[in-house]
Amino acid sequence: MTTDPLLFTYTLRLGDDALILAQRLSEWASRAPEIEEDIALTNIALDLLGQARVLLDYAGKVEGAGRDEDDLAYLRTEPEFLNVHLVEQENGDFAHTIARQLFFSTYQLALYEELISSKDDVLAGVAAKGVKEAAYHRDHAQQWTLRLGDGTEESHRRMQAAVDRFWPFTPELFESDEVTRALAARGIGVDPSVLRPRWEQAIDDVLREATLRKPELIWASYGGRRGVHTECFGYLLAEMQYLHRLHPDASW
Amino acid sequence: MVSLPELRERIAGIPDPELPVVTIGDLGILREVRTDGPSVEVRITPTYVGCPALDVIRTEIRRVLEDAGFPDGKVSVVFAPPWGTGDISAEGRRKLAAAGIAPPSADAPACPQCGSPHTEVLSAFGATLCQSLRRCTSCREPFPAMKPH
Repeated sequence: MTTDPLLFTYTLRLGDDALILAQRLSEWASRAPEIEEDIALTNIALDLLGQARVLLDYAGKVEGAGRDEDDLAYLRTEPEFLNVHLVEQENGDFAHTIARQLFFSTYQLALYEELISSKDDVLAGVAAKGVKEAAYHRDHAQQWTLRLGDGTEESHRRMQAAVDRFWPFTPELFESDEVTRALAARGIGVDPSVLRPRWEQAIDDVLREATLRKPELIWASYGGRRGVHTECFGYLLAEMQYLHRLHPDASW
Repeated sequence: MVSLPELRERIAGIPDPELPVVTIGDLGILREVRTDGPSVEVRITPTYVGCPALDVIRTEIRRVLEDAGFPDGKVSVVFAPPWGTGDISAEGRRKLAAAGIAPPSADAPACPQCGSPHTEVLSAFGATLCQSLRRCTSCREPFPAMKPH
């Protein structure tokens, strides 16, 4: 396989978003408010982990330096990860996790819908299957947003706080740069800025139905796509990579 | 050495590790067994991209290939066309229903216990990535159902 630095970066971004959100969601295992939710959140984590494995495996092949999915997941340092800030944020309470899921799955569903027609067979293949998975994830988040937003006074208050908390992390999802523009021009990648109207429409509709207020954007968090991360990310990596770094290539 | 149709049959007969009442042939996970001269390639596709059973399935296929005289046989994972519930054979649907797992259905699936058409969703997610959890509103029994997509 020929090396293609732009495709490597692009694939890594998609894979890192899925991997890091999978890691965060799996922290809910045995801690969710009810058993069905425990199963749901960890199923969603497993879907995302599956997508991440395919994408990181492919990124390693595109890079052509002999790194496999494990090398990329466990042996990169913080500035080498290219995920958005939204997915690395701490879980917070259940409403926080649901708000993050609503924002991310709505974005990922729109992304995969476009990526299905990619000229790259691997990206198109992941998108074709991922679009069905993302639809389930979005449906799950939407149902909970409605129940909590349009629920009791307390659930409404906490759901609104969660939406407000993560709102500044949403513009980064749609940030385009020379990588996305170049790959979109080649018919391989998607320029995420084109997904924004569809995302805003879907989010507006859910928030309105859930009797939640759309927050005003006072500031926005950027930098993940260039390897600049928020404070909580180092702790996440430490937990995710600790075992592999202590026992390289261990298996069971 | 065994013939290609027989090899295919042996591989298709491998039970799914998570749903052992059906085979990987029944589920449509096995896409193709092809030969190119002396080499064999087996192509499989995951039901869901993160399906953890896939690694076990790959190991089982390698074992069958080795037993059949193809120690260098290759197992590839393909994603296009993506797996869909339409890939489950009629035989697979029958076996799932007999095991108390409602086969995928566009409408609400009937209760595999009492046959009542009145069932509701308990959770869109279940014991494996390809199942959801439902409940019969007639006999009140919960039951697993294959996800419709």
